[in-house]
Order: sequence, then structure tokens, then C-alpha cells
Amino acid sequence: MAYESYVLVCGGTACCSGGGDKIVEAFARELESAGLKEKVQVVTTGCLGFCEQGPIVKILPQGTFYVQVREDDVKEIVAEHLVKGRVVQRLCYDPEQAKKLVAEANIPFYQKQYRIVLRNCGVIDPEKIEDYIARDGYKAIEKVLFEMTPEQVVEEMLKSGLRGRGGAGFPTGMKWKFAQQQPKGQKYMVCNADEGDPGAYMDRSTLEGDPHSILEAMTIAGYAIGASKGFIYIRAEYPLAIHRLQVAIGQARELGLLGDDILGSGFSFDIELRFGAGAFVCGEETALLQSIEGNRGMPKPRPPFPAVKGLWGRPTVINNVETLANIPVIINKGAEWFSKIGTATTKGTKVFALTGKVNNSGLIEVPMGTTLREIIFDIGGGIRGGHQFKAAQTGGPSGGIIPPQFLDTPIDYESLAKIGSIMGSGGLIVMDETDCVVDIAKFYLDFTVDESCGKCAPCRIGGRKLLNYLKKITDGRGTEQDIKDMEAICDAMNKASLCGLGQTASNPVRSTLRYFMDEYMEHIKDKKCRSGKCSKLIQYKIDPAKCKGCTMCARKCPAGAISGTVKNPHVIDPAKCVKCGACEATCKFGAISHG
Amino acid sequence: MAKLTLADLRKMREEKQKALDMRDASNKDIQVIVGMGTCGIAAGAKETFTSLIDTLTQKGLTNVLVRQTGCMGLCHSEPTVEVVAPGMPTVIYGHVDAATAKDIVEKHIVGHELIEGKILDKPSVDIVKNA
Repeated sequence: MAYESYVLVCGGTACCSGGGDKIVEAFARELESAGLKEKVQVVTTGCLGFCEQGPIVKILPQGTFYVQVREDDVKEIVAEHLVKGRVVQRLCYDPEQAKKLVAEANIPFYQKQYRIVLRNCGVIDPEKIEDYIARDGYKAIEKVLFEMTPEQVVEEMLKSGLRGRGGAGFPTGMKWKFAQQQPKGQKYMVCNADEGDPGAYMDRSTLEGDPHSILEAMTIAGYAIGASKGFIYIRAEYPLAIHRLQVAIGQARELGLLGDDILGSGFSFDIELRFGAGAFVCGEETALLQSIEGNRGMPKPRPPFPAVKGLWGRPTVINNVETLANIPVIINKGAEWFSKIGTATTKGTKVFALTGKVNNSGLIEVPMGTTLREIIFDIGGGIRGGHQFKAAQTGGPSGGIIPPQFLDTPIDYESLAKIGSIMGSGGLIVMDETDCVVDIAKFYLDFTVDESCGKCAPCRIGGRKLLNYLKKITDGRGTEQDIKDMEAICDAMNKASLCGLGQTASNPVRSTLRYFMDEYMEHIKDKKCRSGKCSKLIQYKIDPAKCKGCTMCARKCPAGAISGTVKNPHVIDPAKCVKCGACEATCKFGAISHG
Repeated sequence: MAKLTLADLRKMREEKQKALDMRDASNKDIQVIVGMGTCGIAAGAKETFTSLIDTLTQKGLTNVLVRQTGCMGLCHSEPTVEVVAPGMPTVIYGHVDAATAKDIVEKHIVGHELIEGKILDKPSVDIVKNA
């Protein structure tokens, strides 16, 4: 028995509630009466990610995509499509009510992703160099070594408009040019794989899925700036990425794609790994170089910039993993091709690790200029559990919180900076109304206070003071003066800190103060946290009208805070209550609530 | 392997490209690809991988190549497994535990039927434009 066609019916929650299960039954019925039961299989799938047009039905192998399918439509699909092989035009997805499209590949909704950096991730076997070579791997190095001068390579990078994906967005070609212009002698090429933002895993996934692309890009960079030696600084808590890099370096050396006289070109370049112990500050380039040299990871004032005086005092270029992963493609397809993707100031794509309260968390890559709404609602499938979108956090501890009114801002370095956040390395955390912005700011400050190296006072002391204020506010002891003090500290940290960590550490506080001042004020004046996250501000109450006096809550309470007699309304003593919520969960009559 | 010259590298790329297009590595015409990034492994991709190999050995199927790859980007549904078989639509399955892996061999590969409730469709080819 072999099936000839397959009917996929979306089994996502939204489609099911729109009648998806009825559609499955209808297909079974109609196929049976058409005598196609043995030839066509009906399958329920996971959410196909197009809920606003649901229920969705897809017919394979043709790939026809039907939307808003009703039970009554099934008969026609079976009779027309499956029996006669004719597409039912009126049910095909059609955004403009114009030309009827049939193939799913034509649906703009699905075309929001564009993979340059992740081109090989999930496609090739990362431990096989042959797989990479077959997908045009090491083709850029051929072109660079045999057809281009180092100056031309730098020129190509400048023309492409590629900017550093580590977060700051400095033009990559410019960095290379500075290093290239330094007098000849020992120079170094460093890959920053010290990914440290909470919730970010773009670089890890790229290294795990496509390690050779980084090796090739570093070799290209080495050729361009005149370096013979490269280091990948990667954190030790990425064991799989390290393993795959080691395998890849071994294979590349064996084939002569790393080492002396690469492909007989006369150019020599080799790469070594250096492991970080997980200090966040070591993602800052001057601290990273200190760590490679074997010193304590602490930033140094710039200038001199590493491109002039870097590793062991020699000119050094430091590029982030994602930046590097773009480079072989830019060389192969040309700067002009690359510069057509993205916005006026920011070219190419961005990889985001989409996490938090979103349905489809995962790794996505979109052209610059895509809006947050497209990322969160179209690609990410919206907010989990039917909750409301409250804010998105980009850029990790150095970034800000973006409220709903900016959902339609096209993302690039400048637009995010303008609304008080940063692009950052690509962590994108989605929050709903059950998240408290003051609590989120506290979380990030807690992180940066832990990770501050302590070298400069604004970061060391300012961060701690900010955290103390935030704790005070979430404990219900905050005053309006605290807000003014916090604003002053934010300003001082931003202006006077030595490195990027301290300069940006106050961003989570600044952006929440800017957009969610009303919630800060609620915490301070009303001693209330609307999300219920700040446990010290919660009060549990028993509604005497609903309480039946069953004593269940009093027996469950671990603190002995509930008193009362059988069949009479019980009372919670707020002084003893530890706000664990056990009483509310156990009450069968809905008599207990918190606020 | 000896060090490559430019000509060697080009020859190798051409050969491997053909092999990839034909999807025919040493008489294996069916490919089962397991997403084995940290996300996949944390969700149990190693058990999935072992279950696939065990079931294939048990059934005596020698025409199936089981490969690993990195993260497909569908972290919400790990472990993910892509099945490419002639005469069948190419499908990505999500939440593939050891039992589902067994189903993939027994139902999808041997029985030519798709597995109920586990299909994630195929975003990385149909949907996503590749550079």
C-alpha cells in the first residue's frame, strides 16, 4: 500500500477551534465515498503558522495551500483536486484578491525569512567538510586568494555596507582597512564567539551548524589585513560548538585549507581556539584580548583601538561570529548584491534568537528593516496562551525594552537606538502582561552587577546603587525621589563608564522609565504590581461571600496564616502570609484572589 | 587526505554537489536528517538518533542514510527530524522522541504513510528563501 497524495490539516489550537477536527472527519468521509481511502492519507500536523487564515489545509506533493477551509468545502477539494487534479482556486491563499496563487512558496507570509548567515544550518552535516564544500564552501577563499588583492577585498567589504553584528554596528570594512593600513609585521584576526546575553544563542547555533563558514571568513579577513594567525575566543560552556570547531579546524588543516601555503597560493593562515570562562565583560573587545593574553579580563581605554594596537600590542581585527558568517557569501555574490538587502543605513540580514512568551521560539533570520510585528506575530506565531503583547527586549542587558507602539518600526541599528534600545547581538525576548517591567529591569541590573569587572567606579558603584533602588521599589518601599536619583545615576553611568558594559548597563532602566513610568508609579504610590510578579506587593484575600468554610486553604497554608472555623468564612493574616499562592490554587469555590 | 590544490578543491566541490543533488550516497536513496544542535540534543536528539539506527538495523534496512545537522531554527519543536524519501513529500517532524523515531522508520519509510500530529512542514525549503 502506498499513498499517492497527502492531505495535511493544521492541528494548531487556533485552527482546531476553527473547526479543524471536523475537517479531518469530513476528509475521511469524502475520501471513503470517492474510493480514495487507500490512495490519500489525511494527517493532522503541528501549527502551520498562519492562524489568521485558518483552518489551513495543504495537499502534498503538489504543495497546494488552502485557507479558511470550511467543512462544506471538503467535498469540493476531494472531488476537484484529489479526483480530477484541479486546484480549487477560490480556496487558495490570496492576499490581494487579485491573482490566485497556488504554491506556498508564493505566499509573502512565509517569505519573511531570508537566510544568509544560517544558509547551511540545518542543511549540512557540520562535521563533514565535504558537505560545506558542496554548498559553495571555500569558494570565496579561491576567489580572494587568486583573483583579488587585499585592498580589493577590503574595498568589497566597504561597498557591501556590512556592519558588526556583535551589537555596536561598526562598519566591518572600515575595521579591516585600519588594520590593513598598519605597517607590515605580525597582525592577528580574532573571532569573538563570547556570546553572553541571556537568551541569545545565534552564534552558538551558527558555530554548531556551520563551523567552516567561520574558518573560511577568518582566512579571508587574515588575507585582507595581512594576518597569518587567527584566534577564536569561545566560552567553555559551549562544548558542542567547541567540538565542531575542533573537528572543522582538523579537517581544514588536513586538506590544506588552513596552514602553510593555502591551495598553493603562497598565503599562510592558521586558527587556534581560546576558551573563555564565561565572564560577560570578555565579550568587550579590549577585555577579550586581555583574556586571550592570559590576563584578567578587564577593558582598556580606547584609543588606541585594537586595529592599531591589539593582541600583544599588534594590529588586531575582532569580528563577531555572525558578521564573519556573512563574509563568504558577500565575496561569492558581490557587495552590490548584499547592499541591496536591508535598509538605507543597515545592510543584510539579522539573526534573532526569538524567546520568551512567543508561540514559536526559535532561531530566525530576517532582512534588516523587518518590523517587530512581523517577527513576533508572523514568524513567531504570536503570544503564547492568548496573552497580550506587552514589550519586547532586544540587546540583552545592554538593550532596552520596546513597548507596543513601536511594533511597526523597521528594525535597523539607528531605528532601535532612536527608541531607546539597541540591536545588540540578537537576543529578542517577548513579554506579555504577566511580566513586570520593574522586575525585568531588576533582573538585568542583577546580571550586570554580577558581571561588572569592577575596574571603573561608574559601573561598579552605579550599577549596585541602581539595583538597590529597584529592589526597594519592588519591595514596596520606593519613593518618587528614587526615580530622580535613578535617572541621574543612569546618566552618569552612560557618560562616564570605561567600556560598553557600563555605558549600556542602565539601558533596561532608562527604557522602562521612559515607557512604563506609570508602572513604576503604581509600585511606588499604590504599592501595587499589576502583573503580580513582585510578590511583596501582592495581597491575598478571601471573599467572605464565596468562602464556604471548608478549611482546605487553612490546611494547605505552609505559614499558618489562615484562620477560621468550619463552615464559617476564613481570614488571611497578611503579616504571616508568604504569598506562595497555595491557598488560591486549592480553593474550589474561587473565594481567594490576589491583587 | 593530501593537501588540496585549487583544481582538487574545484573537482571535489563538483563531485560532492552531484552527490548532494542525487541524494545518493553509496546506494542509500533515503535520508533521515536529525537536528543536532545544542537545542536538539538537550531535547533528546541523541535518543532519537539511537532509536532510528536501532530500528533500521532491526528491520534490516540498508538504503537509509541517517545524518546529523545543526539547528534548523525550530527550537520550539525539538528534536526535529527531516525525512527525504523518493515518492514521498519531504517532511520535517517535530517533537521526535524515541517512539516517534521508530514510527518514522516503520510507518514513513516502510509504510509510506505520514505520521499523525508530528509534521512541522518544511519551512527551510518551501518557505524560506535561501541565499
